[in-house]
Parts: sequence; structure tokens; C-alpha cells
Amino acid sequence: MSETNASVGNKPPKISCRGVTKSFGAKSVLAGVDFDVQAGESMVIIGGSGTGKSVTIKCVLGLIRHDAGSIKIDGQEVSRMSARAREAIDRKFGMLFQGGALFDSLPVWENVAFGLLHARNVPRRKARDLAMEKLAMVGLGPEVGKLSPSELSGGMQKRVALARAIATEPEIIFFDEPTTGLDPIMADVINNLIVEITRKLGATALSITHDMASVRKIADKVSMLYDGKIIWSGPIAEIDRCGNPYVEQFIHGRAAGPIQMQVRRL
Amino acid sequence: MILASRLNLLALIGRSLLAVLGATGRLAVFTLEAISHCLRPPFFPRLLLNQMIEIGYYSLPVVGLTGIFAGMVLALQSYTGFSRFAAESAIPNVVALSITRELGPVLAGLMVAGRVGAAMAAEIGTMRVTEQIDALRTLSTNPFKYLIAPRLLAALITMPILVLVADIIGIMGGYIVSVHKLDFNAAAYLKNTWDFLEPMDVISGLVKAAVFGFLIALMGCYHGFNSKGGAQGVGAATTNAVVSGAILVLVFNYIITEAFFSR
Repeated sequence: MSETNASVGNKPPKISCRGVTKSFGAKSVLAGVDFDVQAGESMVIIGGSGTGKSVTIKCVLGLIRHDAGSIKIDGQEVSRMSARAREAIDRKFGMLFQGGALFDSLPVWENVAFGLLHARNVPRRKARDLAMEKLAMVGLGPEVGKLSPSELSGGMQKRVALARAIATEPEIIFFDEPTTGLDPIMADVINNLIVEITRKLGATALSITHDMASVRKIADKVSMLYDGKIIWSGPIAEIDRCGNPYVEQFIHGRAAGPIQMQVRRL
Repeated sequence: MILASRLNLLALIGRSLLAVLGATGRLAVFTLEAISHCLRPPFFPRLLLNQMIEIGYYSLPVVGLTGIFAGMVLALQSYTGFSRFAAESAIPNVVALSITRELGPVLAGLMVAGRVGAAMAAEIGTMRVTEQIDALRTLSTNPFKYLIAPRLLAALITMPILVLVADIIGIMGGYIVSVHKLDFNAAAYLKNTWDFLEPMDVISGLVKAAVFGFLIALMGCYHGFNSKGGAQGVGAATTNAVVSGAILVLVFNYIITEAFFSR
């Protein structure tokens, strides 16, 4: 991805990473990650398990502090920000966690309304109505609102987590392995919801996944992470003829090829 | 060969020292951040109330039971000792003093460390390993404000109330045994207790209780918040929270006693 591409039009890219590095102890996980996500674009980072996809997304979200390099959101450098400016940036984010990460002490509707209640100070009654609206967007009826997250199936939990991620109508939504652990039909339902909702909200999306069916459905642009670096980046239409042996091995799921599987987790 | 093994020993000592210093530093930073969030808005009164019910109300049976049996056994044992000097009349004083100054706060502290410290570490630890704490951050909510400050404040506020209850029930335990088993005069026993007890006896116990409450909640939150891995990590965090909470209760019991004693 070239620098010139990053400054298309007047607006800076929604997310811009340059030379982001992160090590845990002696183990280097990210060795200079570069990518841009333009406003309204859906970018998917692919890569095998243990290549640092989750670490990348957590660095952008600010859940993990990166060691070096620059991460800019809307052109603002996030690593040298005051706590208050950082909070303003955080309000632009919505995140769908791999395991859902629903708060099991709260009923479903309060999970969905959490951001509205606590960060936006929306009154409870209004927040509840908005939560029900968002649950309807992900295809769940109001009767689900009263249930506890532990009473839901995996697919339903994912839908609720999706409703929670979009409840505050964020500008940037992160999806961490949105289809992992779901059957192919439910995975497709979730993929469709992701496409539909990000379009409806006009949001920018950054996802990580190793599910190629999901990639083909939700991505405008794909970047492949390997050995702590982005080794290929391009529009989804070009992925089948990119000519990169690493990407080809990955998208066809071959055991033989240049990629050796990581045994230790990062 | 000997030199090498000695160097290994030095390295081992060095590593342990660094680990201890590192842990102390992390705990200090955690404590300061937690306290600063206790003092700054936004506050979550609903969560504080929930925690006060969880820590205070639901600990009442345990603390009450410990209190009454401690008081009862104290009356019996001091009778055994004091009857040898014909000093049985000192039993009400001994019971009241031991319960309010020592046994009330310490036993309640140890019970709460087991009950509440473990629950906090397990709950926050599970939230950590299931990414719920990360989820809080992405929903623009500081976990220190939402999870830790209400627990610390609730423990700080409710422990003195719990200990006050334990004091009353403990003295009642002593009274029951003395009056019904050792044939004390009921009115004389109560008058003796009341005349002898000084405000400072009760106050020092309540100060201890507040400190113990804070320390127990701090250990529960700290170990839960920093738990790693899965079920095993949460288990380890729970054990550490209870053990360190109980030890801190005993250590600070001495420190606070000495501080009050020198006055």
C-alpha cells in the first residue's frame, strides 16, 4: 500500500498504521505493520493463528500499548494523546469480540444499551428502547432482551454482541473473528448482518478472520499478516490472482507451502 | 564448578528480588489508580449499593456465627483461667475487650476475606479471561470506575458495620454462656461490660475493620484484574486473593493495634 494512496481526496484515512511494532518479552509479534483503512471501507486482515492479528486490532483499539510506530485515527496520532482526547476517539469505536464478551451479570438489553447508559448518559427507558431497536436490527425479538446472556446459544450471543457493538452507532467497527465457532449457516447470517449494518451506518470496518468465506463476503480490501508484517494488501477481487505464494497457500488452505504453522501462542 | 553454582544462586536471589519489587510496584500503581477513581466522578451509586448488599448483608450470617461462638468460647476459656485466681468477675471485661478490640475485626476480616475476596477475584478474573474487561473499555467505560471503585468503597463502608454487629453478637455470646452456664447475674454482667468498655475499644476495632475491608477488596480486585489464561488462572487468582487478603488482615491488625496501643 503506497503513501499516495493514503491521502486520496482531502480526508485522511480513517485508520492509518505505520511501522507499528509490539513485543512481549523477547518475542516480537508485530514487526512494523503498515496499513490504511479509508472512511466507509471494510478492510479484513487475514493470517494464520498466532500471526498477531488480534494484537494488531487491540493496538488500534488502545487495549494494548504498541512499542513503536504510529497509529492515527482520523489523522490524529493516538499514542501521544491526553486521556480526554483518547476518550473522544474511543467513542468512535465499536467492537465485536471473538467470544462475544457479553456481561453475564446483566440482562441482554442492558448489555446492548451499556454504552448508551454509561458513556452517553442516555436515560434508562430511552436506552432500553434503543437497545430493542438494535436487537431488531440483528433479527432478535424484544423477548430476548430480558434473558441472561448465558441462556443464549452461540449464534444468538454473537448477534447480541453485534447489537452491542453498533448500539452507539460508532464510526469505526472492529470485528474479531466474527464467525469463529458458528455453523456455516449462522456464519453466513452474521456475515450478511455485518455487511448490511456497516452499510446502513456508513461505518468503517476493520475485521480479522481466518474464515475465507467470511472474507469474501465482508471485505472491500484484504491485507495478509505474516511474521509480524503485512505481506500483501489489495482489493478482494484481486486476491485470487495476486501471485503471492503465502496468500495463495492461505486462501486455499494448503498444509504445504512457505508458511510454517506457529505452535506457541503469542 | 562451585563458582558457577554460586553465581546461579546469586542470579536466583536477584531474580526473586526483582520479581518481588516488580509485584510491589504494580500493586502500588494499581492501588493509587483505584483510589483516584474512587474519588473522581462519574460514580456508580447503583453498583455501590449492589456491592454493599453483596459484601455487607450477605456476610451477616457468617460474621454473626463467628461472633457468637467466639464470644461463647471466650467466656468459657477465661472462666477456666480466672477461676484459678478467683477472678471470675473479670470475665465480662475480658470478653468485651477481646471481642471489640481483636476478635470481632480479625475474625470478621478473615471470614470476609474468604467469602468476598474470593468472589471478587473469581468474578473479575473471569471477566478478564473472557475479554469482558476489554469490552468495558471499548464501550468507553473505565473498568477501575465500573468494577473496582464500587467494590473498594463498599468494603470500606460495610466492614465497620459488620464488625459492629459482630461485636454485639460476640458480647451476647459471652453473656449467654456466663449467665446460663456459669451462673453469673445477668444485670451485673451487662453493667460490668458497659462500665468497663471505653469508646476507644470499639473505635479502634472499627478503624481496623475499615482498613481490613479495603485491603480484602483490593486483593480480590488486584488478583482478579491481573489473572491470566483460563480457568486455572482464575483459580490461582482466587487462591492468591484469599491468602494475601488473610495475611494482610493479620499484619495490619498488628500495625493498627500498635498505633492505638502507643497512645
